[in-house]
Amino acid sequence: MLKILKYSFYDLVRSRWSYVYLLFYLLLGIVLLFLNNDLSKAVITLMNVIIVLVPLIGTIFGVMYYYSSKEFTELLLAQPIRRSSIFLGQYLGVALSLSMSLIIGLGLPFIFYGLLRSDAIWDFSLLLVTGIFLTLIFTALAFNIALYHENKIKGFSYAILLWLFMAVIYDGLFLMSLIIFEAYPLDTFSLGATMLNPIDLSRILILLKLDISALLGYTGAVFQKFFGTAWGLVLSFSALAIWFLLPTYNIYRKSKRKDF
Amino acid sequence: MIAIKDLHKRFGKNQVLKGIDLDIGKGGIFAVLGPNGSGKTTLIKCILGMVIPNSGDILVDNSAVRNNWKYRRQIDYLPQIANFPGNLTVAELIRMIKNLRGQQGNDAPLVEAFHLEPFLDKRLGNLSGGTKQKVNLVLAFMFNSPLIILDEPTAGLDPVAMLYLKELIHKEREKGKTILITSHIMGFVEEVAEEIVFLLEGRVYFKGNIAALMEKTQQNDFQHAIATLLKENNA
Repeated sequence: MLKILKYSFYDLVRSRWSYVYLLFYLLLGIVLLFLNNDLSKAVITLMNVIIVLVPLIGTIFGVMYYYSSKEFTELLLAQPIRRSSIFLGQYLGVALSLSMSLIIGLGLPFIFYGLLRSDAIWDFSLLLVTGIFLTLIFTALAFNIALYHENKIKGFSYAILLWLFMAVIYDGLFLMSLIIFEAYPLDTFSLGATMLNPIDLSRILILLKLDISALLGYTGAVFQKFFGTAWGLVLSFSALAIWFLLPTYNIYRKSKRKDF
Repeated sequence: MIAIKDLHKRFGKNQVLKGIDLDIGKGGIFAVLGPNGSGKTTLIKCILGMVIPNSGDILVDNSAVRNNWKYRRQIDYLPQIANFPGNLTVAELIRMIKNLRGQQGNDAPLVEAFHLEPFLDKRLGNLSGGTKQKVNLVLAFMFNSPLIILDEPTAGLDPVAMLYLKELIHKEREKGKTILITSHIMGFVEEVAEEIVFLLEGRVYFKGNIAALMEKTQQNDFQHAIATLLKENNA
C-alpha cells in the first residue's frame, strides 16, 4: 500500500492543480493577514473559508483522481498487489497531497507574520488539524461515491450534491426544524444532528477552542453547556475520527467486491 | 496452466458468461475469438481477478483465483486501452511497475527494439496512442512470467512494431510459455495462433486448431471459416 501511496502522491504533487491549490492558500493567507492585521482575527476568518472550501476541494479532487486514473488502476489490478492496497493507497495519496498544500499554503504566511511567537499558534494548529480531518473525510466520501458509480457524470453530480448538502442545505434544514419544533426540547436532537455533519462538527470544534460564544450558535451553545470545553473537544474529535474511519473502511470493503 | 469450470458472470440483467468450461494447457499460443459482446474481455478479466464471477472456479497453475492475489506473479497482462498517469515519464513508469511487482524486469532490449529511447524522459500524457501502446507492450513483456495475456495487442501499432511483436510472441512461445491473445484482426490471429477458442454468447462454441476449424466449417481459408461460424449461429 505504501508504494501505491508514494506513487499517487508524487503524481499529484507534480500536477498543475496542486500548485494552483497551494498558491490559492498562500494568497488567502497573505490577504487575510493584510486585511485583519491581527493573527487571531485572521484565524477566525480563515476558519469560515476552510470549513466550506476544504470539503469542496477534497470531494472534487477525490472523484477527479479516481476517474482519471481508472485505466491505470486496471493496470495495477492485474499486478500481484492486494486490491485494497491499491484503493487505500490512492485515497491516502490524494488526501495527503491536498493536506500538504493546505499546511504549506497557510503555514508559510502565518509563520512569516510571526505565528510562532504569538498565542494564536494553538488555535492555528487546531485549524490545520481540522482542515486535514475534513480533507481525509471528504476525499474518502468522494472515493466511495466514485466506487459505486461507473458513470463519471453521475459520480461528479453526486459528489457535488454531497458537498452542497453538507455545507449549505444541512444547516438550512437544521434551522428550519429548530423553528418548526420550537415547542419541544431539542438539545439531544441538535447534538445528534451536529454529529452527523462533519462540517458542523469542525466549526464547533474550532469555536469551542477559540471560546467565542457569540459565534457558537445554538448547537455550539448546547455543546458547551453539555460537555464543557474539554469534553466537547474530545467528543467532537472522536466523532471526526469516526467520520474518517467509516468511509475508509467502506473503501476497503467495496474495493474487494467490485468488478473492473 | 488455466482450468475454468462452469464459469458464470452476470452484469445486472446481462448474463455475459453462461457456463464456460475451458482447459488451457502449458505452452502454446491461444487466440480467444468471438463477436463483440461474446464475453472475451470478461473471461480474461475473470482470469486476472478483476471481475469476480457469480459462480464457477478458475485455477491458474493449480491455485484458485478467488480472494487471491499472489498467483498474479505468474501473469503478464497487456490491457486493451493504455492510459497511464500523465505526470510520470516513461522511464519512471517502467521503474514503478518493476518496483510494484518486486521483480527484475528485462526492459532494455524491448525499449531498443520499439525505438522508445527518445521518449524515455517524456511525460506519458504527451505521447501518441501508438507510442503508448509500445510502452504498454514493454510493460507486458519485460517480466519472465509463464503466462502472458494480450488484449488487442495490435491496436495502433505501425507495421515495423507489428513485425517485432509477432517475433516477440514467437520467441516467448519457444521458451515454453502460454500466451492468450484476443484480437479482431484475423490476419494476425491466423499468423500467430496455434489454437482457437471461439466464444459465442457466453459459451465456448469451438476449441481446436485452425485446421480443425476449417474442417468443421468446410472452408478453405481462415477468415471465411470464422465468418461461417458466425453465420451458422445467426441462421
